[in-house]
Amino acid sequence: MTTKLFGEPIPRREDPRLVSGAGRYLDDLGPDALAVAFVRSPHAHARIIDIDVTDALDVDGLVAIYTYEDLAGRVAEPLPVLIPHPALHAPRTAHPLANGVVRHVGEAVAMVVATDRYVAEDVCDRIRVGYRPLPAVVGIDAACAATHRVHEDVPDNTAARLVQEVGDAPAAIAAAPYRLELELEIERSASMPMEGRGVYARWDAADRSLRVYSSTQTSTSLRFALATKLELPVDRVEVVTPDVGGGFGVKIVHPWPEEVLVPWAAIRLGRELRWTEDRREHFVASAHERGQRHRVRVGFDADGRLRGLDVTFWHDNGAYTPYGIIVPVITATQLLGPYRPGAYRVEFASLYTNTVQVTPYRGAGRPQGVYAMERTMDAIAQQLGIDRATVRERNFIQPEQMPYDHGMIFQDGRPLIYDSGDYPAAMAMLKELVGWDDFAAYRERARAAGRRVGIGLACYVEGTGVGPYEGAHVRVETTGQVVVATGLTSQGQGHETVFAQVAADALGVPIDDVTVVTGDTRRFKYAVGTFASRAAVMSGSAVALAAGKVRDKAVRIAAEALEADPGDLEIVDGAVQVKGDPAARIALGTVAALANPLRYSFDAQTALATQFAKAARVDRPPVADDDEPGLEATDYYSPIRSTFAYGMHAAIVETDPETADIRVLRYCVVHDCGNLINPRIVAGQVHGGVAQGIGGALYERLAYDRDGQLLNASFMDFLMPYASEVPAIEIAHLQTPSPLNPLGVKGAGEAGVIPGSAVLASAIEDAEGFRISRMPISPSELWELRQRHATGASPADRDPADRDPVDREGS
Amino acid sequence: MTEVRHDVRLRVNGVERSAAAPARRLLSDFLRHDLRLTGTHVGCEHGVCGACTVLVDGRPMRSCLLFAVSVDGAEITTVEGCRSGDGGLGPVQQAFLECHGLQCGFCTPGFITTITAYLAEHPDPTEEEAREAIGGNLCRCTGYVNIVASVLRAAELIRSGGRPA
Ligand code: FES
Ligand code: FES
Repeated sequence: MTTKLFGEPIPRREDPRLVSGAGRYLDDLGPDALAVAFVRSPHAHARIIDIDVTDALDVDGLVAIYTYEDLAGRVAEPLPVLIPHPALHAPRTAHPLANGVVRHVGEAVAMVVATDRYVAEDVCDRIRVGYRPLPAVVGIDAACAATHRVHEDVPDNTAARLVQEVGDAPAAIAAAPYRLELELEIERSASMPMEGRGVYARWDAADRSLRVYSSTQTSTSLRFALATKLELPVDRVEVVTPDVGGGFGVKIVHPWPEEVLVPWAAIRLGRELRWTEDRREHFVASAHERGQRHRVRVGFDADGRLRGLDVTFWHDNGAYTPYGIIVPVITATQLLGPYRPGAYRVEFASLYTNTVQVTPYRGAGRPQGVYAMERTMDAIAQQLGIDRATVRERNFIQPEQMPYDHGMIFQDGRPLIYDSGDYPAAMAMLKELVGWDDFAAYRERARAAGRRVGIGLACYVEGTGVGPYEGAHVRVETTGQVVVATGLTSQGQGHETVFAQVAADALGVPIDDVTVVTGDTRRFKYAVGTFASRAAVMSGSAVALAAGKVRDKAVRIAAEALEADPGDLEIVDGAVQVKGDPAARIALGTVAALANPLRYSFDAQTALATQFAKAARVDRPPVADDDEPGLEATDYYSPIRSTFAYGMHAAIVETDPETADIRVLRYCVVHDCGNLINPRIVAGQVHGGVAQGIGGALYERLAYDRDGQLLNASFMDFLMPYASEVPAIEIAHLQTPSPLNPLGVKGAGEAGVIPGSAVLASAIEDAEGFRISRMPISPSELWELRQRHATGASPADRDPADRDPVDREGS
Repeated sequence: MTEVRHDVRLRVNGVERSAAAPARRLLSDFLRHDLRLTGTHVGCEHGVCGACTVLVDGRPMRSCLLFAVSVDGAEITTVEGCRSGDGGLGPVQQAFLECHGLQCGFCTPGFITTITAYLAEHPDPTEEEAREAIGGNLCRCTGYVNIVASVLRAAELIRSGGRPA
């Protein structure tokens, strides 16, 4: 019997090459390509007066300099708004090179091509750009005040405004026995993969075809976008994703200015070109996320049950909106977590500022929503003197209420309906894992030893596996080797392994016979991309469906060859055999040969399929009307709507009574992403997410000054967690299968990061005894809060009936 | 404005290599683009992430902070040279594979060289020491949990003669 691979923690098949230095990342390609570098704006907002290249022209090795004036046709137009939305009334995107105005530090102004990167940067240094600085709009307050504009034709700096309502929340809150109002803020962070972006383009003038390699999360969509921009037929453009050194969201955006310009110039020059983003460029010229301010009004009863929830929030989208308003839309919907909110109203404004544009970073608006909701749960518990876990339990949607319809619209434009989940069970598991009920005793012991500790928890629900579709092609070669191709890309998630597991199981072949190709439009042309924890659900399901078709065809052909009933056949270890009679078997490679009736033979295997090889049935054509040659199939998976994974995290922190240093002592995760294809890979995804969650809660922020200069655009100053900042992570899995897809899986890619700020704010608050309402929090901020709290200056919660409109805490 | 090039000779992974490079050429670029050993990765070009770590005369150093000309004549080991004697995976590489110590793999070469040098001097680290040993390298994918496990597993493999148990 072939062993079942689904659910096995097998080692990754991509690792032998990656651990030995044999990976092929973008900057490893095209050793003879010319190098590209960019002149980027040093100003947050300025008019470009002139660009003087005189001094640059005598640099040895210079090949070309381009500015906006050189662009023509569709390349000169603004980049696409990838996800239009009816509420996005004023979308604005950048031009590939600045067209007269720059709107953030780092915006590309000129492009240089030279023999190598050092020379290209020499040239950049010698290009003199004259700017007339304009007032910069930095931060949510400045954007709202709209004293100055980011875009001349958007007077209120507002890109979008959206309201969603279920019931009458203000009335429900007004009528509730208890009410609270909170102001909760989160600062910017960024995906910050270890490998930045990069593009390498080759133009074949004779063939009039373009091949582009990009460190992207979507090769197929980039291909269509490039064909449009460069005005080439789609079949003249190929996009290949090599090994990618992490994405975490930022590489789903496309086409980046550089992704348009590098191929465009490669065509013009008839030369191979490569651009590799450096770290500073990644800080100022890619994308950020997380910055939001939330005002939560909540009404509840004496048991802590929600009666109404009214959330207004302000989303800083930076200078442009290429990815639409997906991030705030996700916050607005996923804020609800595992709870029934009573009546719910949410409103947001998406605001322009003269900072780097905002597009999804792992979690994509969920960390903010969960933070807002979970801080609210803690505040309710505190107000009523009820245990924090109990308040949550009382508001949970119960397993028997699944599927649960929130009556809202999710980010995919489809109804927000949770498919499955057992929240009470997960909470019980988490309390057990972290020792929730014993913590009081632990705290006492710590206190006696002069230590200050706190415990926190947070719950989330995550819509994963969003559509519209993914596909897969599965082919059995005459050697018996199976090749699986799927269009979505990989950035470290182990797709070569998990899709091979799925295919090997579905076909009944050893995994060593399966090869998986991802992110190469030459191999699979239609796909959406790798984001929103969708790969396992979408491509995993598509691989299972396509492999199922191949299996059916193999059985059908083998049944004829073996003169057996198809119902009596099974595929075991790469051969079709009669159940209970393994002697009557035919290898899949042979079936593949038979599947392709040949006129010409080129080896012993193919000789089996030639026209005189066997007693051919002369009463019907060699290939039936409804059949195709070859043992291969393509299928697509397109779900009715997203599937909802969920989880609960708890953390124990210690805060230093003197220095306010914050240390995470324990971090516990209960995680339910349905059936696990490879538990080891899922655990790895959770580990990495948790580390980013801790980073976002305690260390990472993008610090802009009032002029829109990013003050910490290096790894020296933007603090990502090292090993010393990440504790051991304890994980328990629940597996509630999704009823929506053939594998019963839900996505896992983003989960770990989502509740990070919520759970650590909860734990720090518990240790300190005062409200934490701004994240991330550094030791010096905590120390300052202590001082303010000691002098009574710390803000108290308000009853929203007291005062309106809200004045800001200013903390 | 033509740059002067200097002959740089290195012994890389046991093989004599040389190329002409301008004085400002970083060792990382020299290895990657002049010698075409692209296993060494560049994550920050300012000495913080450790992805570019190679062994220079046995000591881990950040190749993005060194000029190639400044290490002329040195013995360099890159991730490509961390294989076992028979050309299979070396013990640290094997441990990363067994423990799922990598995801995207971009940081991995720097960890493998760093850990190789560390274990040569500390064959039997505790978990805490293992964590400290990798304390100067950034990984954005793994949360380090499985990298710590990989250090311990690699130590075990080396103690048992470099072969997977
Ligand atoms: S690339 Fe050298 S330390 Fe980051
Ligand atoms: S494995 Fe991706 S950065 Fe470490």
